[in-house]
Parts: sequence; structure tokens; C-alpha cells
Amino acid sequence: MKSIRNFSIIAHIDHGKSTLADRMIQRSGVVDARNFKDQFLDNMDIERERGITIKSQAITLPYRSRNGEEYTLNLIDTPGHVDFSYEVSRSLASCEGVLLLIDAVQGVQAQTVANLYMAMEHELEIIPVINKIDLPAADVERVMEQIDSELGLDPYTALACSAKEGTGVEEIMEAIVQRIPEPKGDPKAPLATTIFDAQYDPFRGTIIHCRIVDGTVRSGDVVRLMHGETIHRVEEVGHFLLPRQKSDSLSAGDVGYIIAGIKTVSDVQIGDTITADRRPCSKPLPGFRESKPVVFASIYPISSDDYEDLAVGLEKYKLNDAAFVYQKDSSVALGQGFRCGFLGLLHLEIVQERLEREYDLSIILSVPSVRYRFTLTDGTILFVDNPAHYPDSMSIARSEEPYIRASMMFPERYMGAVMKLCKEKRGENSNLSYPSPGRIELTIEMPLAEVIYDFYDRLKSVTQGYGSFDYDIIDYRESSLALLDILVNGERVDALSQIVFRGSARERGLRACERLKEEIPRQMFKIAIQGAIGGEIISRTTISPFRKDVTAKCYGGDITRKRKLLEKQKKGKKRMKMVGSVAIPQSAFVAVLKSENT
Amino acid sequence: MSSGLYIHIPFCRTKCPYCDFYSVTQTEKMPLFIASLIREMKLYRGLFAPFDTIYLGGGTPSLLSSDQIKTILDALRKTFSFAPDTEIACEANPGDLTPEAATALRAAGINRITIGVQSFDDRVLAFLGRRHKASEAIAAIKNTREAGFANVGLDLIYGVPGQEIGRWLETLKTALSFVPEHLSCYQLTLELSTPLGSRLQRGELILPHDTLLHEFFTHTSETLEGAGYIHYEVSNFARGYDWMSRHNRKYWNHTPYLGLGPAAHSFAGRRRWWNHRSLDRYIGMVNAGLPPIGGTEILTREQVLLEALYLGMRTREGIDLERFAERYGCDLITEKGTALRALQEQGLITIQDGRLRPTRAGLAVSDSVSVI
Ligand SMILES: Nc1nc2c(ncn2[C@@H]2O[C@H](COP(=O)(O)OP(=O)(O)OP(=O)(O)O)[C@@H](O)[C@H]2O)c(=O)[nH]1
Ligand code: SF4
Ligand SMILES: [Mg+2]
Repeated sequence: MKSIRNFSIIAHIDHGKSTLADRMIQRSGVVDARNFKDQFLDNMDIERERGITIKSQAITLPYRSRNGEEYTLNLIDTPGHVDFSYEVSRSLASCEGVLLLIDAVQGVQAQTVANLYMAMEHELEIIPVINKIDLPAADVERVMEQIDSELGLDPYTALACSAKEGTGVEEIMEAIVQRIPEPKGDPKAPLATTIFDAQYDPFRGTIIHCRIVDGTVRSGDVVRLMHGETIHRVEEVGHFLLPRQKSDSLSAGDVGYIIAGIKTVSDVQIGDTITADRRPCSKPLPGFRESKPVVFASIYPISSDDYEDLAVGLEKYKLNDAAFVYQKDSSVALGQGFRCGFLGLLHLEIVQERLEREYDLSIILSVPSVRYRFTLTDGTILFVDNPAHYPDSMSIARSEEPYIRASMMFPERYMGAVMKLCKEKRGENSNLSYPSPGRIELTIEMPLAEVIYDFYDRLKSVTQGYGSFDYDIIDYRESSLALLDILVNGERVDALSQIVFRGSARERGLRACERLKEEIPRQMFKIAIQGAIGGEIISRTTISPFRKDVTAKCYGGDITRKRKLLEKQKKGKKRMKMVGSVAIPQSAFVAVLKSENT
Repeated sequence: MSSGLYIHIPFCRTKCPYCDFYSVTQTEKMPLFIASLIREMKLYRGLFAPFDTIYLGGGTPSLLSSDQIKTILDALRKTFSFAPDTEIACEANPGDLTPEAATALRAAGINRITIGVQSFDDRVLAFLGRRHKASEAIAAIKNTREAGFANVGLDLIYGVPGQEIGRWLETLKTALSFVPEHLSCYQLTLELSTPLGSRLQRGELILPHDTLLHEFFTHTSETLEGAGYIHYEVSNFARGYDWMSRHNRKYWNHTPYLGLGPAAHSFAGRRRWWNHRSLDRYIGMVNAGLPPIGGTEILTREQVLLEALYLGMRTREGIDLERFAERYGCDLITEKGTALRALQEQGLITIQDGRLRPTRAGLAVSDSVSVI
């Protein structure tokens, strides 16, 4: 056990976690050069295309230290984006230490701070690593100061590296074995194992990713999931080598996997404790906070014939994404579908893209919404995340919406612009601090609904890319709300409805009409778009029809050519949803939330 | 139903900058072409039902001498069988239609002539890069009439950049003054492969907005219908049922047709094929005893259906719902009912007496109407 080191790489988005993991993987020689590709652990197509990590990935690396000793390093690469911060918190539960990466150009950012706090909560050894020192604009001195003043860590414990070029990586690996404590725990004690992740494998069912805290587990053992109160026989245990490598046992200190004939990922709860059925541990290990969906939207198949396919696709998708939740739903305009919960808009986008790509589905998403709380006149409390279930306004005694505490870091010169943006987004109770000269940390309370869509993009644009943002949900607060409906040619399209703050309802109505006008292509007839609140029209616009659309000549050779064009047009139309006789493209449903500055 | 026969004459004196028909200016290759054409005919002997139309298109068929045309027609008669009243149509450019040439064409057996007038406005003709002037077109029409042609069609183009509707209506009025049996009025369409097309792409030209084009279309239709013509297809008008182009209608209802000459298309059963778009390749292959075919497609049921729908929607006659169901196995009313009702409400189609017909406004957008 002495030779094991368990650690995660954590950082603000894009500060180079996956790239540093690459260098360590290469150094350990577990992947031969031929099979190596950059951001090796980002193995989903969508991760590779977007250049971001979505899921934490564990890998076991052998390492021989300078003094000749052999170590086993269990590395977990984590995502940087706010939506996936629960992935980080889970990973930390299986570690004794972290590498906290800081980009030498960008310096400390909001998620640097948020991730540091998480690591502190878990009482982990923290090794600050200043990355990207190869960049001409790198300013190691300044980052050292920030480590001191903004993170409260000793800057002289920091290491510097270029994950891209590999400089300094050797020192980091030495520091890992020198400074991160070896795992504690007793291999002879009753089994206590934390589940920190689970992945679906079509051949083996659920692969449980776990950290053995105490005891030893072998294949053939009968284990118990303490929370789920289910009993399973262990089929296989092993380590995260490439590929997965079976071993006889896993014992205290190990990070590895257990396969125990569990069909779906939803059957295991991340954070649950696995113990031995015959000699259980006295109490479960501390779990971690559940990932709670904060953004909700309905998914509909574009063609109602595809409903069954969508149901199957969602079921399969869910196998591998425990954070995604869904249930049946139906819309007057769009037919049968599913109401889904997401961790944030990036998560929503990713689910949409993966469903379309991996399960070949054409889908429409309704306008995303947060979850509101209504107290009715008879005292019942109602949570509503679907505008279709907005209660009768006469029966509402009190309406509330979720609030977040946002924390933002940016250079002082953008103060005015950021405050203006926050005010527009109904920010209140702001608190300023100057963690280091010229830098501002702003915490401010805002309605979640105001930030889910384009807040982060706009923050980045008003701070010219220097601003970063993190948030926590704090509570529900009373708010005056209204249901904004959208009518297309006089027909209410329920999937376009949104619950809005009454004070900005008119402006939101106008904006929705404008966005729809841009998104809906001209058709053969005039399309009237209206925004309405409680039957009163508050905004309107029209899309004028095209009047001439016909090929002039259509003889011998033109016939095939024209048919091909029409086939293409038909295919395009299949990607739109028919509402009455109006074809509405997929993009329109999310676009109504967009403000014009983005 | 009798089949149609198309002959592509791939020669022009000069290339017009908007035209993407296949043609070359090497008129010295005409004799070789004609010899090859006659060899190509033989490849199809006995494969088609008797023909009742022959259409000489191009290119510029009127560049051929009347002897050459006679040679082609004689060879056709020797190779295939024809209905006694076969429509024998020929396209001609105004400049070629001298009194002698017109008379010779008539004598060769041509009984329908379409003249590429394009416009009676010299500025438009100049923009289009045409070699003739309005006055020559007028002379050509007179010459054909005098040569005894009872079936004369004029081809016109509208929607030229900068063109005003008033000027176009004057061209139409002039056209009507000759009481032609047939009028084709085409909206100018520019393929990117043409010189005007690339000017359009570079932003040096702007085509009229679709609202204006719709006005051109509507005025044209109203004017000509007011003068007693039948607007029987998007771009075609006839002074009575007998004067509709018998040949072209075959394209629109999946009647078999055989196309000979480079770039010509043929259709039979569910198969469509087309010859190479190169005169040299065409000559080479035919002389090696090979069919000069450049490509083939076998239409799927869905493709046949889509074609039937969009082609039907291009005609005023529209679609006979019962026959459509019989022939294509699709009952439009059950399968596309909602969409059709919406189109009906928008005034784009009518459904009456078992027929689906585009209205005038529907004809103007018939491409979109058929994507339902
Ligand atoms: N110049 C330079 N670029 C680097 C270095 N390390 C990473 N990068 C680049 O920074 C970008 C982000 O790197 P990643 O390794 O994907 O960052 P990450 O922290 O894993 O990002 P997320 O997983 O999305 O949070 C990539 O374009 C890398 O090539 C470095 O040391 N120097
Ligand atoms: S428009 Fe007619 S004459 Fe001009 S190039 Fe085309 S085919 Fe030849
Ligand atoms: Mg990454």
C-alpha cells in the first residue's frame, strides 16, 4: 500500500489538465506511441470535438521514482466546466491529493478557487502547478503572488510546467510520490469501498469505479450496497490500466473497478458504500452531494413516428449518465415526448448532441426552464419546471424562483461593465473583494433563470475573455412571475412558452418574437408570431412569405436535378417541427432565450 | 401512350453568357456528329413504343442545313416507327430564319417551330448577349408564317436585372401581336457555371427580389390568359389545347422518351439515363459501338412519387388523385391530408372533382408546394 498514490488533476476550464495527464501517461509508457493521441483521456467524440472534458477519467500509471522505488499512481482527470463540478467532487473522494493547475497567462480563475475549496473540504494535499509556462505571455511571478494572496497557499510549494512541451513533468511526478500521502486503511478490516463513478459496458453491465478505503475485495465475494440495500456477487475486480486489467483482489488504498452483474448504471448510486455481506463495516462512508438537475426542458421527436426510438435512445443514454433525469411528457403542439433535467446548459447541449449522433435521432428541445416554487391559496406547495404546468394565476398565493450565489473574478477595469450586466440580470447583495492588486472578486446573488442561458458568454464578452464565473444554488426567493406564451399563426405553441419575471416580461416577449423571426425560414404564407401573457398580446411580428419559388425550366435533364434539390429540401424539412402548417427549426426553441448582444 | 424522341444538336454560333445547355461552337464537327447520331439511333431500334413526337433541341438546331435535317429525319424514319400525325418540333434562332431557311425547314417536315426571341427589347437582348436584335426576331416570325408554319412558338425571358415590369409587358404585347400558337416565358435563372452566374456570385449583378418576380409571373399569367392563352405549365402558354407542346408534356407525366445526342436524357420504366456531356466523347463512344451513356438512375418508389408530385404541381391540369393512387400507389388525400388542407386554405391549391390543382399563386411556388 505504501507505493500507491491517488490524486486528481483539478483546475479552471482549459488550464491544461488533460494535456498534463497526457504527458504522464506517455512517461509511464502504458500507451505505445502509435496508439497515443492528444487529450488521450477525452475519449468521447464530443469531448474531442469540443476540446473539453465532460467526464472524469481514472487511469493507473506505473512510476519508478528517482530513488528507484516503484509506485502505482492512480490519476483522475476531471472536467473544468461548472456544469460538471459534481464530477470533480466525486473524484476527490478517492484521493489523498490534487494537482491544482493554474494557467500561467490567465492566472487564478473562479473554478480554480471553487476547486481548491472542494479539495480543502476533503482535506487533501494540494500541489499548485503553474502550467503553460512556454507561452510568451506567461507570467509566473504574478501567478505566484496570486497563489499566495488569492488562494492562501504557500507559493514556494508551487511547481511550474509546460504540459504541452513536457517540461517540469518529471518534477511533478516526483512531488506526487514525495508529498501526497500514501493511502491509509487496513486491508484486513471489514470492507468499506466508495463508489465514485459507474460506467455502462454493453457486455458486462455496470462497471463500478471505486476506491477501497478498508478491507479487501475478491472476485466471488458477496457484497452489499449499503444505501441501495442490494446484494451482488463480484464477478471481476481490477485496475484502470489500458485496457482494464483484471486482478485477484483490490485492497485498502486501491482505486479500481468492480463488476458485479449490475444491469444499469441507475441501479448503483454514486457515493454509495460497498461492503462485504458477511462482515460488513459498521457504517457507510460519507457520501457526496447528489448532482441535482437545475435546468429542465422537454425533448420531442421531430417525427412522431420516432417516439419509440427516442424512448429507447434515452434509456440507453441514461445508462451512462446518472446526472441526466427524464420522465414522460406531452405537448399539444409537439406531441409525445419527455421532460428532462440537466445540470446546466452545456449538459443539455451535450445530451442533445449525443442523442442525435449516437442514436441517430432528430429531436426538438423545448425552451429550457428552471424549477419554480408556487404556494397556492390552499397552502399546497408546487414545484414547476415545465411552463405547461404553470398554475392558474388566481390560485397562486406566492411564487418563488431559485437563486444562486455567483462568484466572478476579473480585472478591475471591467468593474463597470460587469456590474451593469449583473444589474440587468437582477443581481443583488453584491460583495466585492480585491484578492490581489488590480483584481476583483465579486460575489452576487442572482436568479438562476437569468444565468442559465447566456450569462457566461456575456460575462466573457464584457470582460474580453478575462472574467470567470462559478455559482452555487442558495435558496428560493419570492418573485413576481408570469407565463409568457408564444402564438404562431394564432396557435399557442406550448413548447415555446416560458415562465418569466414579470418586470421583464414585455421585453422578453419582444425578444422571443425577434429571435423567432430570425430562426423561422420564410414559408409560402405569412406567419404571425405573437407573445402573450394571460391572453393579452404583448408583442408581435410577422414573417413575410416568399411568393416565387419555382424552377423556370423543367425538361429532360432538369428533372433529375430538380428532384435531387427537392429531396435535399425535404430532408431539411424533416429536421423542422411542423406546428400546424408552420415548419419551425430546432434552433428556434432555444433561441427565444437568447438576448441580442450575443 | 406513344413515346417521345429528343435530339440534341450541340452546336451554337457563339455561347450566350446565361446559358448552361450543352453546346460547342466547333461547327466543323457537324458532319461527324450527324454520322454518330445515326449510329446511336440504331442502338435503340425496337426498344421504344412508336413515337408521336420528335423534338430537335439544342444548342441551335437551326444551324443545321435543311439537307442535314432531312438526313436526320430520314434516318429516324428508317430506324423507328412513328404515329402518322407525329409532332416534329424544332428550335430556331431568329438570325437563322431567312425566308429560304424557313421554307426549307417546313419542306423537311418540321411542323412546329419555336423561335428563341427572348425579348423584343434590344437592351435586354444585349444584356443577355444575344446575337440578334428585336427587328430580326420580328422578321423571323414573319418568315416562318410565310413559309407555312401553322404552329409557331416564341421563347421569352423575364426577370433580367434592372428590368421593369412595364418594359416586359411591352415585349409580351409585341409577342401577342403575332398571335403565336405557343409562348414560353422563362424567369431568368443563372447557373453558377455560366459567365453571368459567376458575375452574380461576385456580386456584380443582382437578380430581382422574389416579390418582384412574383409580380412578373402574375402579370404574365394574367395578360396571357386575358388574351385567351392557357397557362398550362409554370412557364408555358398555349393558344388552345391543340397547341400545347405534346413533346414536353411527356417529361411531366413519366411517359417514356428517348434522347439522342450528347447530354440528352432518356426515360423508360423507372430508369433514367443520360449521355456524356462532351461531343468528342460522344462521337468516340458511338463509333466504338458503345452506347454513349454517362449515367443512369433507377428511381425508387419514393423518387417516382416525388417527381410525379412536383411535376404534376407544375401543371395547371394538376394531379388526378385516383389515377395518381393507381399509378404510384399513394393516396395523397390520406397520406398528405393535413398539408394539403393547409395549402388549400392558403389559396395555393384547389381540390375539386378528384383533381389537385395549383392555383396561379401556387404555380409560382410550386417547388415548395411539392415538398409536403
Ligand atoms: N501553450 C500551451 N498550451 C497548453 C498547455 N497545456 C495545455 N495547453 C492547451 O490548452 C488547451 C486546453 O487544454 P486541455 O488539456 O484540454 O485543458 P483541460 O484543463 O483539460 O480543459 P477542460 O477539461 O475542458 O477543463 C489545449 O488547446 C491545450 O493544447 C501548455 O503547457 N502550453
Ligand atoms: S441560349 Fe441557345 S443559342 Fe445561346 S448558347 Fe444557349 S443554346 Fe446556344
Ligand atoms: Mg480536460
